[in-house]
Amino acid sequence: MSALTRRRLVLGTAGFGAAGLVGGCDPGAPQLRPNPYGLSDWLTFAGQRLLLARQPLAREFGPEAISAVFPTINTTDPDDPAYRRSKAAGFSDWRLPVTGLVARPGAFSLAELKAMPARTQITLHSCEQGWSAIGQWTGVPLAQVLAAAGMRPEARYVVIRTVDGWWDSYDLFDALHPQTILAYGMNGADLPVAHGAPVRLRVERQLGYKSLKYLSSIEAVDRVDGIGHGRGSMVAGLGFSWYAGI
Amino acid sequence: MMIETTGRPFSRVRHPAWVRLTHWTGAAATLALMVSGTAILLALPKLFWGETGSNSAPAWITLPLPVDLEQTGWARNLHFLAAWIFVLNGAAYLALALLRGHLRQRLLPAPAEIKPRALAGEIRDHLRLRGGAPPTGRYNALQKIAYLGVLLVLAPLILLTGLTMSPGVTAAWPELFTLFGGRQSARTIHFLSAFAMVAFLAIHIWQVLANRPVALMRGMILGRAGNAEETR
Repeated sequence: MSALTRRRLVLGTAGFGAAGLVGGCDPGAPQLRPNPYGLSDWLTFAGQRLLLARQPLAREFGPEAISAVFPTINTTDPDDPAYRRSKAAGFSDWRLPVTGLVARPGAFSLAELKAMPARTQITLHSCEQGWSAIGQWTGVPLAQVLAAAGMRPEARYVVIRTVDGWWDSYDLFDALHPQTILAYGMNGADLPVAHGAPVRLRVERQLGYKSLKYLSSIEAVDRVDGIGHGRGSMVAGLGFSWYAGI
Repeated sequence: MMIETTGRPFSRVRHPAWVRLTHWTGAAATLALMVSGTAILLALPKLFWGETGSNSAPAWITLPLPVDLEQTGWARNLHFLAAWIFVLNGAAYLALALLRGHLRQRLLPAPAEIKPRALAGEIRDHLRLRGGAPPTGRYNALQKIAYLGVLLVLAPLILLTGLTMSPGVTAAWPELFTLFGGRQSARTIHFLSAFAMVAFLAIHIWQVLANRPVALMRGMILGRAGNAEETR
């Protein structure tokens, strides 16, 4: 599984390096806006893909650095009947469907995710509003889940949706990065509801709004221009950059 | 065409086209950065030192600005577009200024100009708001120091602290965090250096208005500067 992950990681990296640099019909970030901001988005995206070509990890801290208070914004307790029922049952009935371009579509329970190889990381969360906080996150790398579902070679993006109606997409460069995890633990305990229980995403090399809370589904796709506003994420439809490495 | 000024009387001194173009491109980008930067700041008008900071933590300074969470969308778009223009334009200016001798001949103060006594005299004249042509007929020493300070210290500092707020760039260059002492420290220094830039611009514009605004503006737009280089 790890060999497969590494191979896919290399493929994803090479594909994006080439696409990002050559430009042309596939600029690598297909969600480019048809205005001058598309140009600056592309410069930032291509520039950072060059800088990150060797897939460095974001900084990690020791436990002493964990923030006493980690702010919560947007949804802090989803007002959704199914979610409330699931929460009352300790998320024992919660399932995470993994569909799309995968050989073995299916759904993972919380227990199944917890049984997979885990990663714990203490990282700095940077919000587009300007605040930052340090938290410890424990979860299963997204690459493990995608490998378990048998992601097919045509897949180029992973679309993630949430209970509260958010959705976002990630190219394989970020989706298969070792620090991109489906986190079910925070600061040594179960992930609190206010922080996205039972499972949230962590994408450590982009702003906080890419680290979705309250995950409801994962889908591997070959393109994202047909989804929503066609800009690759819900917030991109509101005018925020799809790529948030800034 | 190589050197703009040597041996010519002041009345023939011109701002070369590349100086005028990069000056106004930089001015437009800077204005966009100031406006959008302020709008972004409204989401959290507080400054912190170290790695972390939020409404849940004690701030170093709470700025007297209204809190507005709704402005970051357009403001971030404009800020990063303007930042790319500012950086590419600034890099082009710096490269041309070096290659064409502009930096050495016009901006680098002569040793005699920066002797303490000469500088003290200039500062005294400025504090008394007393005009007068600088001895070289071009930029005076304080002006040269201000321009070089913006070009070589302030602008790079603003750029580097801005990059330190990027989770992508810092994954590749974590040394930036070490350099500035954390993300919130970088944010605070970004604000303070941008504030210093505003102070520079206020004095810069005041000096244009207080001297011969029409001739100076014509000089920076059309290049036909008259003896614009006497500006203080």
